[in-house]
Amino acid sequence: MFVPTPAGMNRRHFMRHMAGASAMTIPALSMGQAIAANAADLKKRRKSAILLWMGGGPSTMDIWDLKPGAVTGGPFRPISTTGDMQICEHMPQMAKQMHNMSIIRSMSTREADHNRGRYYMHTGYVPNPNVEHPSYGSVISHQTMDQRPELEIPPFVSVGGGAEGPGFLGMAWAPFAVDSNGNVRNLKMDMDDRRLQERMAALDLVEKGFISQNRGQAAVDHQKILGKTYKLMTSSQMEAFKVASEPQEVQDRYGTTGFGKGCLMARRLVESGVPFVEVNLGGWDMHTGIHATLADTKLPELDKAMSALVEDLEQRELLQDTAIIWMGEFSRTPRINGNAGRDHWARAWSVVVGGGGLKGGIAVGETSADGTAVETEPYSSQDVMASVCKGLGIDLETVFTSRSGRPMKIANSGKVITELFS
Amino acid sequence: MTCSLSGRFCNGLVWFAAITLTGLVAGDSLRAQEQAALPPANSYNLEQVAEINARIRATWGEYQLQPSAPATDGEWCRRVYLDVLGRIPSYVELKAFIADTNPNKKERLVDSLLHDEQFTEEYARNWTTLWTNILIGRNGGNERRSLTDRAGMQKYLRDSFARNKPYDRMVYELVTAKGSNKPGHENFNGAVNFLTMKLEENATQATADTTKIFLGLQVQCTQCHNHPFNEWKQKKFWEINAFFRQTRPLRRYLEGTRELDYVELTNEDYPGESGNPADAEIFYELRNGFLEVAYPVFLDGSELNHSGFVEDVDRRTELGKLMMSSEFLDKMIANRMWSHFLGYGFTKPIDDLGPHNPPSHPDLLNYLGQEVRKADFDLKELIKWITLSEAYSLSSVLNESNTMDDPMLGETPKFSHFYMRQMRAEELYESLLIATQAHKTRGAYEEQESQKNEWLKQFVVAFGTDEGDESTTFNGTIPQALMMFNGDLIKKATNMEDGSFLQQVADNDRASAAQKIDYLFMAALARQPSKAEVGMANRLLRSRMDQARATQDRAAYEKAPVASLQDMWWVLLNSNEFILIH
Repeated sequence: MFVPTPAGMNRRHFMRHMAGASAMTIPALSMGQAIAANAADLKKRRKSAILLWMGGGPSTMDIWDLKPGAVTGGPFRPISTTGDMQICEHMPQMAKQMHNMSIIRSMSTREADHNRGRYYMHTGYVPNPNVEHPSYGSVISHQTMDQRPELEIPPFVSVGGGAEGPGFLGMAWAPFAVDSNGNVRNLKMDMDDRRLQERMAALDLVEKGFISQNRGQAAVDHQKILGKTYKLMTSSQMEAFKVASEPQEVQDRYGTTGFGKGCLMARRLVESGVPFVEVNLGGWDMHTGIHATLADTKLPELDKAMSALVEDLEQRELLQDTAIIWMGEFSRTPRINGNAGRDHWARAWSVVVGGGGLKGGIAVGETSADGTAVETEPYSSQDVMASVCKGLGIDLETVFTSRSGRPMKIANSGKVITELFS
Repeated sequence: MTCSLSGRFCNGLVWFAAITLTGLVAGDSLRAQEQAALPPANSYNLEQVAEINARIRATWGEYQLQPSAPATDGEWCRRVYLDVLGRIPSYVELKAFIADTNPNKKERLVDSLLHDEQFTEEYARNWTTLWTNILIGRNGGNERRSLTDRAGMQKYLRDSFARNKPYDRMVYELVTAKGSNKPGHENFNGAVNFLTMKLEENATQATADTTKIFLGLQVQCTQCHNHPFNEWKQKKFWEINAFFRQTRPLRRYLEGTRELDYVELTNEDYPGESGNPADAEIFYELRNGFLEVAYPVFLDGSELNHSGFVEDVDRRTELGKLMMSSEFLDKMIANRMWSHFLGYGFTKPIDDLGPHNPPSHPDLLNYLGQEVRKADFDLKELIKWITLSEAYSLSSVLNESNTMDDPMLGETPKFSHFYMRQMRAEELYESLLIATQAHKTRGAYEEQESQKNEWLKQFVVAFGTDEGDESTTFNGTIPQALMMFNGDLIKKATNMEDGSFLQQVADNDRASAAQKIDYLFMAALARQPSKAEVGMANRLLRSRMDQARATQDRAAYEKAPVASLQDMWWVLLNSNEFILIH
């Protein structure tokens, strides 16, 4: 049974994190050794997710749900795919991977402001001044951490910025932001081990003195972060960030753009046991000249990196345990404005999902002929989230407790999109 | 929320009346019941401080909270330097305050920080930093081909804060500014930088930011749609938006090139969306696709002449005037300043004062707003009242009765103890300079700012939208901890070459070993070390000597004392206690 604590963690999670924190003065090996015996077993069932976040709101009717012939349709033509749907001609590589991915074409949401939309799509909740909700990355890494006790690097990695925070789950579940080269700034410490350990022990003493005066949670959280940081500095798992050590041919296949490197890093991180990676591709806020920008830069960049990621995960037999979610905060108006751009539109749009136990190759739902409205059952952020969680084997009856004591069902009680599981 | 002529107006009035009444009742009943257990709070013979204390105490009474003990002199001194000047006190400043035996020494220190000439530059620097971030974001002006000039914005703000310009005057100038945005150009007016980047997309960003930042009214989510329960809100957004439609940011290029030189903000005749400047309307689209018309109408229903000719009506100037008389102007600045000093405002978020988001202390918020208006919007007066209040003087150590007074748990703040918070990145930077005395060798102002900017960049993550959204990762995460462990600034701060701060401490023959340790604790944490901590310092010294001996490294042996100070200094700068305002 799930017994929530005020900070939103169940007891097992809590104990594990305490163990991690108090180990700050001890070399980081002991825990790994303890679980070495059943590591192979754990590895078999560990689930991950990769969120490809398209900051700015990409026009999904120009990418995943084309409307050829409609006044609003734009110039792009649809092409056939290996799945049971067509997509944009500027996504030829993805077309070969669509048997692995499904398009939810009946997304209908209400947040057409960037900040609100980003928050809503990342958390499944509309912004509320009284509660900070945890984002996808925090929730999923929180729920799947017990599958990887050997993990020393942060469970929620955000490449290229854009992620929402851990909300009431607390700083332990905050996104670990790295740039697309995988450089972790200030990682190396120029000092012999003995001296560093003495410093850590001394720091522990000062920290404990302050905490013991009863100053609240912020002081306690800081100490935990110090422990994790120390562990990170000494971990061989940091290799996972080094995209440059991949063969050149592989790097080229993903593309040498920031997003390309980010997708390759995501693959490496998932292979190393990181449960959640978010890769950000910004620049979709196209109020002017949208089709030229899409065709010339954005779609080729996306096509290359995303298709390579899906292909690699499939080949390595990781795709069935790794969910991929492609989405932005909303889409763009079917009407093309006076500057040949499209404005914000949340009422009818698409999200793409696949892997991680979700069915691939289908298009769920439909929009009207001009793309302005959803004509089948509308789906929301929380429905996508619930479906992804179900695919990953996360119990949808899980209840978190916000700091104010309010119980909250995981994925905001979203309904599972049944087509993705039939 | 925003007094309009429609049906909601009545509700708004009732709401305001209600909080005014509760305000009176709370104040009276408090004096009647007088909390027996608490000794009278020092109010420094300032009426406003007395009022704050009474009203905050009233809440403690209602919730049966015992306030925490007062903060130590060291803690309070560190706190007030950080909050007023944006840095910790130097060792000398701290010692002077602790040694002062005058019963009104807190008032004297606040007066000195606010009014002594020696602090003018630091005061202006701190508030310029804060307001630059509020007005144009941490990233504003750093983008390529930006229409914002960060240096221009800062020049304007620095000048305003150095001269203690009345706040309402500053707001008026920011909203109505015309001129060029870059220092050195003809008609330079740095204030224009608040708006230069916010006028694209029919000035929607200008609309949202102006109302949110200065009036605490969040209309941005109503831009595209009505709130389900408030039919007039979308209209409100576009009515305010109409005030900005005469405003243009004109790009001025370097002669003969396409390279942007500067931007000139100006007002031009506005023809309206159907091309009739005598009746210059705008249209906006309802969700059902119908178009509606809007003209400039302020939140209180004041409506301008519909002409779009600047000669007839300068819409932005009229907006500035209307804002000056709005009570939301008062409340917003009171809430913002309270939140700056106490860690939490009376509402969360602080810039959302609508009726759907009732304040924790409505009477006090109203009162402070009214008082700051009476004081001609002298921000230094407001700072004085807040920093001398009882709530600001309390320790952050919790007691049995007030553990639950934790806004992090979703409770409304009761201010029964000091809410700890992390230093802002800028505060940390300035404090590290003070702690290591590196500030004494700083270069010219512009150079200092650009060095600081370079360092701050590592905390700023920009998102790919045209709203310049951003967040900082400076919030207790692993990257921040890594930066404090190994970053350049820490390396500099713990440098032990000849002439460095640590070497100077080590070389001071007049100070005993114990005094040196003491000195480092005072400089970093504003307190003396505990017994255990002194033991720790000694262990570090022995260990450095042992290690040198083991490797027969004579130079290292001689450096052992300063190396152990280096270890300890590193520990102190990395501690909770340094990084938190407590």
